[in-house]
Amino acid sequence: MQLTYGQYGGRFVPETLIPALDELEAGWREAQEDPAFHQELDRLGRTYAGRPTPLTLAERFAPGKRLYLKREDLLHTGAHKLNNALGQALLAQRLGKRRIVAETGAGQHGVATATVCARFGLECVVYMGAEDMRRQRPNVERMGLLGAEVRPVEFGTQTLKEATSEAIRDWIGSVETTHYLIGSCVGPQPYPEIVRELQAVIGREAREQIIEADGLLPEVAVACVGGGSNAIGLFTGFLADPVRLVGVEASGAASLGTGRTAVLHGSRSSVLADEDGQVLDAESISAGLDYPGSGPEHAALRDAGRAEYVSATDEEALAAFRRLASTEGIVPALEPAHALARVAELDEELVLLCLSGRGDKDLAEVLAR
Amino acid sequence: MRKALAVYLMAGRELPELAEAAVDAGADLVELGFPFSDPLADGPVIRRAAERALAEGMRTGACLEVLAETRARLPGTPLVPMTYASLLEAYGWERFAADARAAGATSLIVADLPAGERPELRRVQLVAPTSTDERVRLAAEQTDGWLYLVTLAGTTGARETLSLALAGLVERARRATRLPLYAGFGISTPEQARAAAELADGIVVGTAALVAAEGGPQKLARYVASLRSALDAVAVPA
Repeated sequence: MQLTYGQYGGRFVPETLIPALDELEAGWREAQEDPAFHQELDRLGRTYAGRPTPLTLAERFAPGKRLYLKREDLLHTGAHKLNNALGQALLAQRLGKRRIVAETGAGQHGVATATVCARFGLECVVYMGAEDMRRQRPNVERMGLLGAEVRPVEFGTQTLKEATSEAIRDWIGSVETTHYLIGSCVGPQPYPEIVRELQAVIGREAREQIIEADGLLPEVAVACVGGGSNAIGLFTGFLADPVRLVGVEASGAASLGTGRTAVLHGSRSSVLADEDGQVLDAESISAGLDYPGSGPEHAALRDAGRAEYVSATDEEALAAFRRLASTEGIVPALEPAHALARVAELDEELVLLCLSGRGDKDLAEVLAR
Repeated sequence: MRKALAVYLMAGRELPELAEAAVDAGADLVELGFPFSDPLADGPVIRRAAERALAEGMRTGACLEVLAETRARLPGTPLVPMTYASLLEAYGWERFAADARAAGATSLIVADLPAGERPELRRVQLVAPTSTDERVRLAAEQTDGWLYLVTLAGTTGARETLSLALAGLVERARRATRLPLYAGFGISTPEQARAAAELADGIVVGTAALVAAEGGPQKLARYVASLRSALDAVAVPA
């Protein structure tokens, strides 16, 4: 198999999907070479999504450090997910697909997908674990308001893993009319690459902004990792620079820190799995990190020693969530709160962190504790 | 030549007895599901059966034991494990193939390993209505003994009617190979079995067989016998 990222990646999917993946890959290559595609994405980024997002120096959160926050929480819909959803919606239109399916964990990708479908007049179905629907009620209601149909998934852990499987199964049955708008840098090739390229705007902007603000490249770039899309978007901006890259996983979902090589959702990567290749349940307070897999490119960056992956517990993330709110007046999503939790112990002084989303969706969960 | 009847059963301690009942009732081939936690090609019935099997400890090693026990009861019947790539990845691809063969496997089906990938792993290849002619040819070249025609774009599970896409797929596959073509996915009733066998050389039933098997060997045997007579009623040109 042609594995895209060292020994990781590939297309481990039923035959039914192979022609659609070929078509998607060809359409993606064409779009990449078409200046009109990039101009349109750029225009939508500026006039609809709110790009560029600011870079904020957090002066009180981490004493002794110069911590810059890349403010994806200020993007329309409240998280970085919109970067990818916009780009893939344009791609779906080029492919002539009028129906979109997606999975969602925290609901941020679901909301971003429902948003672009409303914007472009596309039919939208979002699969979401029943447990996540309970945890992220406001996002479920937003998706409904935006015209999306949210379908509860009641198998297994009723979280992101099952929602992703169910979205892929929908796609297997609807592939001629439907584009699967995957939310993270996971899945069969070319999805990890598409999502990385569409999220790379985070790292591109942040690199320019921090040089302008501080005159220097950051010593370290930090982001949370579930599937890893905001992290890969940030890291891509600094891969060629002498910048340390740190991904922070939820300790109960540390597929890069404690996982093994397995096949999940169409690609070979580092996965929480047992010795028989059966995928284990992840467990995290953060619905967006509650996923036992990770993008194949992260697994390759880890093996190459280019990026490191550490973890934070639920309690550490909650403490960082509260601390950022009280010291900076910014309520982060629980996902980037995991990344914030590791900042204090970094050796470096000049830190860039991707604040991938805002915490409104998590208030009820946090305040209930 | 009579139309072939392949029956899919989930690995479990009772599988050897169920497989024997199915073969006695007219099944020609048994597919043994080695359960995976995240089976993308499967509908709800097979998924639940896989969940139960995993909860009962049906991991790769136990599945191979069940395969060997089934082989001991059925020395002459083709036995084909059907599973997902993650199990082979964890067990070792070559080791899995070797140990399955040693336990009595005739071939292998890996639902999420499309034709063209790991051609050295001899297995039954699947083609679908969405497959291009080029991919049908590739699968036909690489397949082991027969070609598995997925009748519809979708996951496993019973449907109201036989997929209209099967006829076109059979026609395209006939142009690519002289090997037998077995149609599966969405075939559950004797009527559907008969209609599919008018086109293809055999059929595969999974979901409906699992439902019948939940009622025990006798219920499974009655179900298999009903398919057998439907297939035997198909006129075969001499």
